[in-house]
Amino acid sequence: MQPIGLLIEFKSGHIKPANFGMATAARAENRQLVALMVDAPADDDKAALEAYGVTRIVNIHTDSNQWNPAMHAAAVVAAMQENGITTLIGLTSPAGRELLPRVAAQLDAPLVMDCIEIDLDDHRVKTSQFSGKTIATIAMTGTHFIYGMRANVIAPLEAPAAAEVIDFSYTANHPSGFEVIETRTDGSGSQYLAESDIIISGGRGLKNAENFKLIFDCARHLNAAVGASRVAVDNGWVPYAMQVGQTGVKVNPKVYMAVGISGSVQHFAGMKTAKTIIAINTDANAPIMAHCDYYAVGDLFDILPALEKALASMTR
Amino acid sequence: MNIYVCVKHVPDSAATITVEGKTGINEKITFLLNPYDEHAVTEAARIKASSADTEVIAVCLGKAAAENTLRAAMAMGADRSILIETDTSRDSIFTARALAAAIRSDGRPWMVFTGKESIDSEGMQTQFRLAQYLSLPVATNAIKVDADSDGVTVECEREAGTIDVYRMAAPCVIGAGKGLNNPNYPTFPDIVKSRKKPIKKIGTAELTIDTPVAGMQIQELVPAVEQHSPKALTGSPADIAAQIVDILKNEAKVI
Ligand SMILES: Cc1cc2nc3c(=O)[nH]c(=O)nc-3n(C[C@H](O)[C@H](O)[C@H](O)COP(=O)(O)OP(=O)(O)OC[C@H]3O[C@@H](n4cnc5c(N)ncnc54)[C@H](O)[C@@H]3O)c2cc1C
Repeated sequence: MQPIGLLIEFKSGHIKPANFGMATAARAENRQLVALMVDAPADDDKAALEAYGVTRIVNIHTDSNQWNPAMHAAAVVAAMQENGITTLIGLTSPAGRELLPRVAAQLDAPLVMDCIEIDLDDHRVKTSQFSGKTIATIAMTGTHFIYGMRANVIAPLEAPAAAEVIDFSYTANHPSGFEVIETRTDGSGSQYLAESDIIISGGRGLKNAENFKLIFDCARHLNAAVGASRVAVDNGWVPYAMQVGQTGVKVNPKVYMAVGISGSVQHFAGMKTAKTIIAINTDANAPIMAHCDYYAVGDLFDILPALEKALASMTR
Repeated sequence: MNIYVCVKHVPDSAATITVEGKTGINEKITFLLNPYDEHAVTEAARIKASSADTEVIAVCLGKAAAENTLRAAMAMGADRSILIETDTSRDSIFTARALAAAIRSDGRPWMVFTGKESIDSEGMQTQFRLAQYLSLPVATNAIKVDADSDGVTVECEREAGTIDVYRMAAPCVIGAGKGLNNPNYPTFPDIVKSRKKPIKKIGTAELTIDTPVAGMQIQELVPAVEQHSPKALTGSPADIAAQIVDILKNEAKVI
């Protein structure tokens, strides 16, 4: 049985659901799924991992309770070595973007981020390149293999198993010259865009920051994340972390609603893989209207309040 | 003190990409300095402006045409450049080795900047590998850099609303994020001046680069196919809203 390491991430004290899609993608008869958890916040996650076929859980304890990407990556490398793991899969998430490349650099191992398909036997993956305009098939060679998956590309499927739990203490061997002074969280990071099933994004058509409330109101009923075009970000209406596109977050939701967004190539680069795209725009000739599944030619200031009302009456 | 800025020559984000051969693209399109690298060059120039005896050196691994990107970096504030010439596309493992070797053979860095990713291959890893080969600490997606002679205090945006503040000893590697600054777009005199700045060209064979065991090789590149066929939602705002709810419920099954 080949052990496959899954770099597990947490949100609000529990495992992020996108990890279960990752476990599903990695599962095969000849493989053992090993969950690597750095300073796991809860110990009631065992059952959730077992439900998706994980048979070994490695609780990695570092000597600090603080986020420290250099130390966490070093701890993951040590745990991989201890458990004979040469293949590691993680998410192309904010933490994954920090940890996976550090692990790959330490091991001098190949890494492809944002994979939309992975073949762990042949070490071959697919990922988008050139702002989503092409799909590349990449063959990896080396002694260790690191994969960063795009969230939500594989739907989680249960395959219950029983897991053993192992504790692994990592004492730094402190990565020199790198120190965490503080992590500041302002609480605005409600839902990470790339892992959301539903995203409603606003663009220049929103006209100002206050009007984004119309989008947030709809999003709340759907537990959707809110995104934006670069124009909305550059105008200071919403923070940069909400920007979808080539120079923002790349997302892959089940539903993407583009409201008052023209659909520039750079915006498309970040959302073209959404399953269902719904556009609301006053201009029937905006590029987004020709590259979506459903479009409404109309004023967002009429349609969003109507949608909010419809959603409110439905969820009540 | 030397500030190195690693830059990449990439297709304009608005360019039409046509696949040529099995793994290449038609390169007769506009290429530019990678957008995140604009922030990196701008930051290096800003730090130089407030530090004595500092030189900003742009370093690029690329084909001969990448000279244009180095000129752009010099118009934005780099003093001189190094072009490591290659005639094929290289993965980030080789790229980082080549950049590290070129920097090592040129001088001792105070800081090394890169962009947080390139917009063509979107690998998100060169800065980390570079740091590993140079045995330096690294932070990425920097939105604020305060440098002094012993080190750098850097603020990095991990995700919406989460900022990590790191202290790194100098020398160190910093991946520039979009929030770092507003790029110094050059004026005409800057462009004229940049034409006189020197570019040192070296071949990969002239550098001491150990052959990597690991690699990432593109086997096939295909155009992304569009899978959407647009259908109109019509009627009053309330009608449109009802149709959207119906799509969410019955087609996408998200509610
Ligand atoms: C290197 C580079 C990187 C970039 N990266 C990104 C990126 O990551 N993400 C990104 O989004 N952009 C990016 N851009 C910018 C991109 O080119 C576009 O400028 C931007 O996406 C346009 O934003 P928008 O659609 O909100 O604005 P516009 O293109 O101005 O479109 C606004 C739309 O709103 C519609 N509208 C106006 N009023 C209403 C109303 N009342 N009701 C309904 N509709 C209305 C209009 O008809 C129009 O279609 C990048 C550009 C460059 C050069």
